[in-house]
Amino acid sequence: MKTITKMFTALGLAVALFAAPAHASGGGQKNAEDYDFSFEGPFGKFDRAQLQRGWQVFKEVCSNCHSLKYIRFRNLTEPGGPELPVEAVKKIAAEYEISGEVNDEGEPITRPGRLSDAIPAPYPNEQAAKAANNNALPPDLSLIVKAREGWYYPWYISPFIKLFKGNGGAEYVRSLIAGYEDPPHGEEKEGLNYNPYFPGHWIAMPPPLAGEDVEYADGTKPTLIQEATDVAAFLAWASMPKMEERKRVGLMTLLYLGVFALLMLMVKKSLWSRVEH
Amino acid sequence: MSGHSTYEFKNPIARWVDERLPILSVVRGQLVDFPTPRNLNYWWTFGGILATMLVIQILTGIVLVMHFTPHTSMAFDSVEHIMRDVNWGWLLRWMHANGASFFFIAVYIHIFRGLYYGSYKAPREILWMIGVIIFIAMMATAFMGYVLPWGQMSYWGAVVITNLFSAIPVVGDQIVQWLWGGFSVANPTLQRFFSLHYLLPFVLAALVFLHVWALHVTGNNNPDGIEVKSEQDTLPFHPYYTMKDLFAILVFLMVYAAFVFYSPWYLGHSINFAPANPLSTPAHIVPEWYFLPFYAMLRAIPDKLGGVIVMFSSLIILFFLPWLDTSKVKSLKYRPLARQFFWLLVIVCLVLGIAGAQPAQGAWLLVARLATAWYFIHFLVILPLLGFIEKPKPIPASISEAVLGKAKA
Ligand code: HEC
Ligand code: HEM
Repeated sequence: MKTITKMFTALGLAVALFAAPAHASGGGQKNAEDYDFSFEGPFGKFDRAQLQRGWQVFKEVCSNCHSLKYIRFRNLTEPGGPELPVEAVKKIAAEYEISGEVNDEGEPITRPGRLSDAIPAPYPNEQAAKAANNNALPPDLSLIVKAREGWYYPWYISPFIKLFKGNGGAEYVRSLIAGYEDPPHGEEKEGLNYNPYFPGHWIAMPPPLAGEDVEYADGTKPTLIQEATDVAAFLAWASMPKMEERKRVGLMTLLYLGVFALLMLMVKKSLWSRVEH
Repeated sequence: MSGHSTYEFKNPIARWVDERLPILSVVRGQLVDFPTPRNLNYWWTFGGILATMLVIQILTGIVLVMHFTPHTSMAFDSVEHIMRDVNWGWLLRWMHANGASFFFIAVYIHIFRGLYYGSYKAPREILWMIGVIIFIAMMATAFMGYVLPWGQMSYWGAVVITNLFSAIPVVGDQIVQWLWGGFSVANPTLQRFFSLHYLLPFVLAALVFLHVWALHVTGNNNPDGIEVKSEQDTLPFHPYYTMKDLFAILVFLMVYAAFVFYSPWYLGHSINFAPANPLSTPAHIVPEWYFLPFYAMLRAIPDKLGGVIVMFSSLIILFFLPWLDTSKVKSLKYRPLARQFFWLLVIVCLVLGIAGAQPAQGAWLLVARLATAWYFIHFLVILPLLGFIEKPKPIPASISEAVLGKAKA
């Protein structure tokens, strides 16, 4: 038993030490503000009402500039997500015009959107997106929460923080959206805005929210930080739509392996108790 | 020790088959009756764990390929398709990605086990050398696999690593173009990496077969590092070691599952969730954690060719280990001095891993240089000398004596 304990302490240590990924230390980078999202931890789940509010913020504000190409309308109705009613989503989808298809005569057509369509992008291509945004490209947001990190700790604690708090992508988005500030010393940069959470601090995106940008159906007060939190949670779901299924299956897998391992330990012990070793 | 079992199969069909193709008696001789030292500890379970991980990688890989598209314009999208639309696709993808990491965790433990107990010494030199080849093939496989999802780190990792070959004098640039299939890392590169990433695991499986064959000729080493002298020293592989290995495999799989289900991208790089963009270089290009010690050595040398030579030498040197270690005693249990140098080497390798993740400048560069130097000093100077200087502790006459001695105490 002592050997096993030692074995796994060593293993854990090796993982912890080796996993320290290099991170940008880029000039006094500011840690995102820590926030306990409902979906954190091994049993965490998304808050449906929050996802629905976040979807509303995304649709009414962010989608003017950002695409969300890996999300299809039907995903909004599926379990583990915002779980909007199918009929409501069908209506939302039908408000969009889908182009790019041809009819039987070979002429380009447009048609109303369906559940199976991906959420249409605001611009037809990258060039158009850049032209409309001061030559900066608004990135697709379907993976943004997984593609960004919120913490900038020294290498010897960073791996442990990440193990318990995750990469901080959702916290980063939340802080970024609500974290615009007046630049220090009244400095100004053409077409750029000061935001201490953005790597490099100068971001091309103008402050997208100011508070009171949407009217929430569930009566929640749409303060700036509330909207930012909701849209960050929604984008976290968009990055990992299978998270709830993943954690559920994980629990069953670990229980199964645990019971199986315990049985094998008993088998092994009783076998080996009969021989010198 | 090896050879067929003399077992007579009672079942007439089994006997009929076995008389024509002795596959059943080989299985019986090698996997059931195989005489195994009775004193193996849990560090010996990592061979079985490695075999399990290889099977997991091959199985999840084959199914992933059914949904993956090896083209620069579609690879990233097809991985997201797997994650979002394919039934259980997220599970396959995370099992495969984390499987690579846990494969390396297991192989590093397995290798250091060999170093500690002197498993590379006569008569197991060839067994050890096949192991080193397996390790190198594993690294090639993992590197090419990491390129396939075509994220930012996939692309830039491929650029950095393939560019290393340009350091080779005279033909370097030609070799790099040949690797790329063009003048930059692009679609032809992705497609050949895909082809090779499918091929290499089967080469690996064949190498593992040779590895186990060699193992079954010499028999296992053991914690006391003394060869088996009589049947008293051994136990049949089944059920003693099959059951013990299965227990260890399950515990290992639990740690693996904890990552797959609860922190699936902890061991990776966030930036790889952004699609490859040849026009935007990430602030830090860092390989996966299991390459970090070698990456540190590469960057420790100010000269590109020198770095490449040092990095590859750190692997090549392992082939000569059986002859660099001059001590007659295998297990470090009986070599107090060598044991201390072993743990120093472990620390040095961990330090190299940490240094590999830091920007190669200032204090970290110095640390990486010192650790790289020590790595080579350990193998080229310390190990050869120790055999002459060190006075080993008395070694038990046989495994059964060692076991019974412990039982009495
Ligand atoms: C007026 C257009 C516009 C709107 C509206 C807008 N964005 Fe942006 N966004 C941009 C541009 C342009 C960039 C690229 C900034 C850069 O690279 O400097 C960007 C970048 C981002 C980034 C990436 C920052 C990084 O780390 O690279 C996030 C996250 C983001 N936006 C979230 C949002 C959210 C959430 C909303 C809705 C609340 C939103 N945006 C609304 C234009 C917009
Ligand atoms: C795909 C990777 C590998 C697999 C599947 C594998 C499998 C195995 C198995 C099943 C055993 C017997 C059980 C044990 O002793 O743990 C073994 C033994 C051994 N392996 Fe590996 N191995 C792999 C890689 C390596 C590597 C990379 C090395 C060294 C560089 C290595 C060196 C050894 C040695 C020296 C032994 C004999 C150990 C002893 O009995 O003391 N193996 N291997």
